[in-house]
Amino acid sequence: MAETASTREIAGRTLVELGETRPDLVVLGGDLNKSTFTNLFGARYPERFFDFGPAEQNIVSVAAGLAASGKIPIVSTFTVFATSRPYDQLRVGVAQSGQNVKVVATHGGIITGEDGVSAHGIEDIALMSALPGFNVIVPADGPETVEAVRAAVDTEGPFYIRVSRPPTPVVHTDGVDFAVGRAETLRDGTDAAIIACGIMVHAALIAADTLAADGIRCRVLNMATVSPLDEAAVVEAARDTGAVVTAEEHYINGGLGSLVSQTLSRELPTPVEPVALHGYAESGTAEQLLERYGLTSGDIERAVRRAVGRKGS
Amino acid sequence: MADPVAAGPGDLEEVARRLRRSIITMVTEAGSGHPGGSLSAVEILSSLYFRVMRHRASEPSWPDRDRFILSKAHACPVLYAALAAAGYFPEEELSSFRKLDSRLQGHAHVKTPGVEMSGGSLGQGLSFGVGTAIASRLDGRPSRTYVLLGDGECDEGQVWEAAMSASHYALDNLVAIVDRNGIQNDRRTDEVMQLEPLADKWRAFGWDTVEIDGHDFDEVLSALDHAGGVTGRPSAIVARTVKGKGVSFMEDNPDFHGKAPSPEQASLALQEIG
Repeated sequence: MAETASTREIAGRTLVELGETRPDLVVLGGDLNKSTFTNLFGARYPERFFDFGPAEQNIVSVAAGLAASGKIPIVSTFTVFATSRPYDQLRVGVAQSGQNVKVVATHGGIITGEDGVSAHGIEDIALMSALPGFNVIVPADGPETVEAVRAAVDTEGPFYIRVSRPPTPVVHTDGVDFAVGRAETLRDGTDAAIIACGIMVHAALIAADTLAADGIRCRVLNMATVSPLDEAAVVEAARDTGAVVTAEEHYINGGLGSLVSQTLSRELPTPVEPVALHGYAESGTAEQLLERYGLTSGDIERAVRRAVGRKGS
Repeated sequence: MADPVAAGPGDLEEVARRLRRSIITMVTEAGSGHPGGSLSAVEILSSLYFRVMRHRASEPSWPDRDRFILSKAHACPVLYAALAAAGYFPEEELSSFRKLDSRLQGHAHVKTPGVEMSGGSLGQGLSFGVGTAIASRLDGRPSRTYVLLGDGECDEGQVWEAAMSASHYALDNLVAIVDRNGIQNDRRTDEVMQLEPLADKWRAFGWDTVEIDGHDFDEVLSALDHAGGVTGRPSAIVARTVKGKGVSFMEDNPDFHGKAPSPEQASLALQEIG
C-alpha cells in the first residue's frame, strides 16, 4: 500500500507557510474553510482572511479587485463552486484582464465520492483551459501540491490548481521536479507513452510496472500543468514511442486527452487512447467509482495495449 | 492640458458639456455604442473626476489614488470622455473608439490608461470595488472606491452578494452610485423587473443611502461629500437621472440605450449641447 497524503490539507498548510513571508497574500473563502483547510490561514492571519459565504461570483470578483490593488488573492473552495459557478467572473474579471488571482480548488474529480454528481468536478480542466492566460495545474500528489502552490504565488498571472478530497498516493517519494508548464518524466520507455495528471499519475506508474513485466516499456509523463501544455514533451514522447495514452480524472471532452490529441494531430499524428470519464458518475466510495467508471491502472494498461496495437495501422 | 482640479465651481457645467460632446462624437464616429447611459452619468463622472477624486492622470496606477469602477461598462464613452478631459490620453484618441488597434474598447477594459476594471458582463463591479476597498484598508491607504452601477444592472444577483459583503466588512471607504435612469436594454426597468423600493433595498443591506437628482451638481457633490463622512458602513447614492440627458430626442428614449445617432442626429445633438 502506497503512502498517501491529503493534497487539500497540504495546499492549506502551504498557504499558511507562504503567509509568513508574503504579507500581500490574502485568502478568500466561501463557507467551506474547514474542508479546504484555509481555516488554518484564517486562524494565523485573521486580518488577511475573508469569508464571503457561499457567494462564489462575489468572491472571484472581489479577488480581481484585490489583485488590481497589488494583493495576491487566493480563492479556495470546492472545484465545482470555484469553476462553473463563477465562470463568467473568472472569464471577464480575471482572464480578460490577466489579474493575479489564484484559485485553489479542492474536492476535484469523482473521488469526492459519496456526495454525488453535483460535487464531482469533472469539467473544470476543460473550463479553465478554455480561458486564455490561465495556468491550469493538477498536481500528482502532496509533494507536488506544495510546489504548485508556491509557484502559483511566486508567478504573476492567473492560476488554477486542482486538488482532491481524500488522501491520495504519493508518487514523489524522492523529491519533486516541478516547473510550471513543463512535463516531468517519471519513467522512460520507447514502446508507449502514458501522459497523465493528478491521481492518474500514480495509476499510470502501476500500469507501467505491470506492462514492463510483459516487455512493454512505457514512458510516463506527469503533465501537472495541463494548460499551457508542454507540447514539446508530448511530441517527443509520440516520436520516441509511436503510441500515446492519456489518463485523467476528468470528462473526456476538453481535458488532457483533448489537448494532447490536438497537439499531435497538428504536429505528429499518432494513435492516442484516452482514459477519462465518459459521463457523470454517482454516489459511492472513491475506490468504487474509479473502478466502475474506468479510471484504474488496469484501464490504463488495456489502453496501452490498444495503442501499441494501433501502431503503423 | 488644464489642471482639472483647479477648475472653478462654475466650470463643472462646461466639463459636462465637453463630456457630452465627446460622447456624441465618439459614438457617432464608431457607428455603435451606448450613448443613453453615458449621457445620464455625465454629472456624476464630472463631479468625481474634476472635484472629488484624488487621482493623477500622469500616474494612473498611483497607489494612493481613489478608484472609479465603471460596473456598467457599456457606458464607457462617458468614462473615456472624462479620462481624456482629465489628461489620461489625448482627446483625439477618442475617435479610435471601438476600432481595431484602439486602446478604447467597446466595453471598458484595463488596456485603457485610467480604466481600473475590465467589464462588459453586468454585476461584477461592486464586488471588484469591495476588493479594492479591502486592499486600501489593509494597506492603510486613504484611497476611496466609487462604483457606478446601472439600475437595470441591479437585476444581477451578484450586486446583492457584494452589497451584503460590503456592509458585513464595514467598508466605509466604498461608495456605490446607481445611475437610476429608468431604462435598460429592452424596456423601462419597472417593466423588466421591479426594482423599487431601490433605496430601501440598499438600506436593508446595511448601506447609508441617499437619493438625489443625478444631474444637479449641488446634489451630486453634497451626496459625495456626505458619503465621505460616513463611518462604519458603505454608502449608496441612488442618482435619479434621465437616459440620454442633454439631447432632446435621446432623453428618456429606450432606442438610444445601445444605438449610435446618425450623422444628422449627431449634428443636431451637438448644437443642443452647445
